[in-house]
Amino acid sequence: METTHKYRVLIGKPGLDGHDRGAKFIARALRDAGFEVVYTGIRRSPEEIAAAAIQEDVDAVGLSSLSGAHIRLFPAVVEALRKAGAQDIPVLGGGVIPEEDIVTLKAAGIVEIFTPGTPIDKIISAYREACEKKSSV
Amino acid sequence: MAKHPKLAEWEKNELAKSLSRFPERKEKFTNHGGEEILRLAAPENIDDAYLENLAFPGQYPYTRGVQPTMYRGRLWTMRQYAGFSSAAESNKRYRFLLEQGTTGLSVAFDLPTQIGYDSDDPMSVGEVGKVGVAIDSLADMETLFDQIPLDKVSTSMTINSPAAILLAMYVAVGEKQGVAPENIKGTIQNDVLKEYVARGTYIFPPKPSLRLITNIFQWCSQKTPAFNTISISGYHIREAGSTAVQEVAFTLANGCTYVQTALDAGLELDVFARRLAFFFNASSDLLEEVAKFRAARRLWARLMTERFGAKNPASLMLRFHTQTAGNTLTAQQIDNNIVRVTIQALAAVLGGTQSLHTNSKDEAHSLPTEASVRTALRTQQILAHESGVADTIDPLAGSYYIEALTDRIEREALALIDKIEESGGVVKCIEEGFIQRQIENAAYQYQLEIERGERIIVGMNRFQIQEDKKPPLLRVDPEVEKTQVAKLAEVKNNRNNEKVAALLTRLETAAQGSGNLMPIIYDSVKEYATLGEICNVMRKVFGEYKDRG
Repeated sequence: METTHKYRVLIGKPGLDGHDRGAKFIARALRDAGFEVVYTGIRRSPEEIAAAAIQEDVDAVGLSSLSGAHIRLFPAVVEALRKAGAQDIPVLGGGVIPEEDIVTLKAAGIVEIFTPGTPIDKIISAYREACEKKSSV
Repeated sequence: MAKHPKLAEWEKNELAKSLSRFPERKEKFTNHGGEEILRLAAPENIDDAYLENLAFPGQYPYTRGVQPTMYRGRLWTMRQYAGFSSAAESNKRYRFLLEQGTTGLSVAFDLPTQIGYDSDDPMSVGEVGKVGVAIDSLADMETLFDQIPLDKVSTSMTINSPAAILLAMYVAVGEKQGVAPENIKGTIQNDVLKEYVARGTYIFPPKPSLRLITNIFQWCSQKTPAFNTISISGYHIREAGSTAVQEVAFTLANGCTYVQTALDAGLELDVFARRLAFFFNASSDLLEEVAKFRAARRLWARLMTERFGAKNPASLMLRFHTQTAGNTLTAQQIDNNIVRVTIQALAAVLGGTQSLHTNSKDEAHSLPTEASVRTALRTQQILAHESGVADTIDPLAGSYYIEALTDRIEREALALIDKIEESGGVVKCIEEGFIQRQIENAAYQYQLEIERGERIIVGMNRFQIQEDKKPPLLRVDPEVEKTQVAKLAEVKNNRNNEKVAALLTRLETAAQGSGNLMPIIYDSVKEYATLGEICNVMRKVFGEYKDRG
């Protein structure tokens, strides 16, 4: 067995959007890359996602939204984590997200945003990096 | 060579009857050069296999199309799915589309509406007016169809769990315009089973959902006989990543479930089955898609005959709407998407679709702009008026490849339908995650192929360029939510709240029983009971379904 820590990631679908093909793909690809992954299922509130992240003791949270509600919902998850004292858990996101929104989301504390066409290897490395950063703090 | 007696018989019966009722679009269809275009090409030797598997258009098993003249009689309905922001904004877009030559409307509702929440519900925050129009009460519906005569247009509404409510509102708007319910034309999606596996806008568990669907079948058969009561949809199953075979199999298996549920409730097959409609995806594999549509048509006709004993030809015909595949659109080099959509739309037309939505090139970024919607519509018009494919019927029939593929898709889809049946039926397979897993596995494989570069997506994993120019985006004004919430408050102030409360109590009692809920829902919306209020009553009685992740 490797001695390296197996990182845990929560993939969440905040809001009412039901498009979870991308979220499920990321979840499975992360699993195949050696992560432990919890997928929330669709239609979860930001508070539910934050609570699940804390309960599952994850190293990072990944959010997916394709309905245009990311601008409200992604920061709400960051906020819910902060309120629960878990601001050290990094939040990443993806979906149909216009470029100008990426700036806003990053300013709100989202570590990384992935848009359609991003190679999966790049996404996996970003998760690994986020998890490493957290555990080194 | 003498004409085959079966061909002569078809010409004398089905064709002659159709021509006398609906003359063809042109007296003579000709190519550049003036030669007449053959209406229908058929093999010289018409044998039993041909008659059994293909037959003539408008003839069982409808492989070659549901009408004897197909697009020579009438072109498919060009129906662009649209809706965003407020009812007033969407009404403007519909009138724009009608002016541009669309022949049917297709309403997109926002997620709160689709999941039965009013715009002021905490669950609606951030989603109001985003992916479609927000409808809280009949007042919004009146605005949505302002100056659009409901006896002239047919309207398709993408609404599932709360379909009963939106249908009731639509009929009520018609009545206010002076249009009798029997003259209302259109379709509600009303296909909740696929929501559990692909689209996600479920509210109630499967059993009460199926009851509501059956209630609608029954109510409409008496009140709005020209309205399609369901659009059994493979579109979203395919978007979620299924294969073509899975799309056909899961859709038709859902269809069989709706039929069986309605039969169990005592409805008469040949009364409700003629109002079942279907909705498929047109993806980029042109030949496979054409074969898929033909296979689906044949398989449904056979299932309805062999398993349910349907007799009325209208009950056997799989009539379908098609939308081009949203998941194939790339965010990179978006002009390429116009080409993708053209191929996909061509597949739908060669496959004999009854109506078609073409996606716009910018939809991997946001809702489409007016200019890109126009190009998407023009794509259909070019296919209809310039390509010539609409001038002859089922032109790919008889191609060795197409027929072999049609047979294969039918065979494999049937095997999958049987497997679901053997495993306890659709509802059990959904509850156990069998269908979801199948779709997920197919989606994962497909994406891995793209990631590895084994499957080339032009402009995305090959032939990339550096792009600086960002496409113009259509954004929904965040103020829409506030305005909508204010409008809702006003409606609640101006209605007769005592009457509404009494109606909602009646609805609760009715929901606890086993009767048809449509009449009371219809009465409630006319008194401006809101969508959220009605759904909350039913949530209380029926409970809610939750995705297990």
